[in-house]
Amino acid sequence: MEIYLPIAEMPVDVFLILGMGVAVGFISGMFGVGGGFLLTPLLIFVGIPPAVVVATQGPQIAASSMTGALSYWRRKAIDFKLGGVLLAGGLLGTLLGVLFFNQMRRIGQLETVITISYVVLLGGVGTLVSWESLRAVAMSRKGPVKRRRAGRHAWYEGLPLKWRFHRSGLYISVIPILVIAGLIGFAGAVLGIGGGFILVPALIYIFRVPAQIVVGTSLFQILFTMLAATILHASTNHSVDLFLALILMVGGVFGAQFGARAGAQIRSDYFRVLLGLLILSVAVRFATDILTTPKEPFSATLTETVR
Amino acid sequence: MKILRTLLLCLIAAPFGSAQAETLIISLSRENVLIQSNFAGERLSLFGVIDRGGDTRALPGTYDAVVTVRGPRGAVTVRRKDRFGPLWLNLDERRYIAIPAFLEILSNRSLPLIADASLRDEYRLGLDAQVPQQIASRAANDPRFRDALQRLRKEQDLFRESASGVKFIAPNVFQAAIELPGKAPIGNYDIDVVVFSNGALVARGTSTFRVAKTAVEQTVATLAVEHGVLFGIGMAMLSLFIGWLASVIFRRD
Repeated sequence: MEIYLPIAEMPVDVFLILGMGVAVGFISGMFGVGGGFLLTPLLIFVGIPPAVVVATQGPQIAASSMTGALSYWRRKAIDFKLGGVLLAGGLLGTLLGVLFFNQMRRIGQLETVITISYVVLLGGVGTLVSWESLRAVAMSRKGPVKRRRAGRHAWYEGLPLKWRFHRSGLYISVIPILVIAGLIGFAGAVLGIGGGFILVPALIYIFRVPAQIVVGTSLFQILFTMLAATILHASTNHSVDLFLALILMVGGVFGAQFGARAGAQIRSDYFRVLLGLLILSVAVRFATDILTTPKEPFSATLTETVR
Repeated sequence: MKILRTLLLCLIAAPFGSAQAETLIISLSRENVLIQSNFAGERLSLFGVIDRGGDTRALPGTYDAVVTVRGPRGAVTVRRKDRFGPLWLNLDERRYIAIPAFLEILSNRSLPLIADASLRDEYRLGLDAQVPQQIASRAANDPRFRDALQRLRKEQDLFRESASGVKFIAPNVFQAAIELPGKAPIGNYDIDVVVFSNGALVARGTSTFRVAKTAVEQTVATLAVEHGVLFGIGMAMLSLFIGWLASVIFRRD
């Protein structure tokens, strides 16, 4: 069944888009990531203009993270205080990212910078997560996991402005949290992604937040970031496609429901292996794009239309 | 109403040149293509009648017709990936101006048989003549970029050439089917029809049609452009609502 998209100005197959929404929603609910890093390449591959894809991701990710966040909220698995601090840092980073994005576009070669950043970022995070979690799985087979001794802290945890985060069982400085959230917001704005796939490992490895709390808190932060992104995109470049967003949302929220349930049943170390491999595979996909000889070296883009 | 429009169209179809006896009358099945939510392309029929102005002598040869349909024009940037160390990057580009977003060239037989190269250039017949070397940048001409532009647009089904797209149903009456794809760009289209006989132009006519969105599609698009902030807030609310609704539907505990 085909439906005509009013903003993208092209017909698409409803069931294909719905399926993509379900798949990405499932992953989003399971790992607490927005899924933008998966959905962007998929939708562009179908032939939807990149500007529409990036802009329409906002409402789709917001809807599925809303569903996910609500279900974690019921299980009391969101640290709102931590989420609020992350959000504050994230919004600041997003603002700087948008300014940087526009500056880069003026210089040119934005597309290349984006592809390389994707490879470096996804490749780095994916490798780190896979390696760490595989090692953890191997260690847990050998014997009990060594716990960090009480009273031992990394230097960044002892910086001034120490806050207590009850839900996560943390008592650390907010400065490193703000810095990390700001960096993620910055990268997110430049690359058109929510940044959940960086935030989740960062919370787990750097701040040692419990895995269940991490996902809920990350979804909470992504929800608000994406609502802001939707309004910003709609008011500046008018590329948010209502019909496309609706199909993706309906598919996404269904997927997110099942994803959240599946996520609660997997052992947390296997969970991290899966997330790492997923991120890594997207990185490999982007890397082959710029490393192998292209089948079609040419591309044609319509830069302005006279109607 | 439709018949009246067709009649009007016939009247305004201009005769070409006073020295020629032939007049071309063309009629298009519709002049407004409206896009609805189930739009997946549309076929338009064009009829042409070559009026010989009462000349009853036997035709010295047969007629040939070429129909050129052009969509709204715009600037296109063609980029080429090249090796840069281990990477393949967009290193070279050419800009073409006034390239039709949709181009269909229909004829009753292949263009070289209808007219020679100089005439084809003069009357802009064929893809090569319609996509000229109009480069807006300072870089040197490179035919590979133009070839790539044509190849890419053909693959997207936006440029088409058919040497059997025009059918003569009588010696002086022909019909052409214009197939608009689902991603046909929105805007004004113009149709240029030329009739040749023995390799010489005998008549020429033009027509136009418009591709537009209908009520719902246009309202959504207008809203998105003119009330961007409100549209964005609306979308944000909608996504919250759908997210909440799904969690209510799926709630088991």
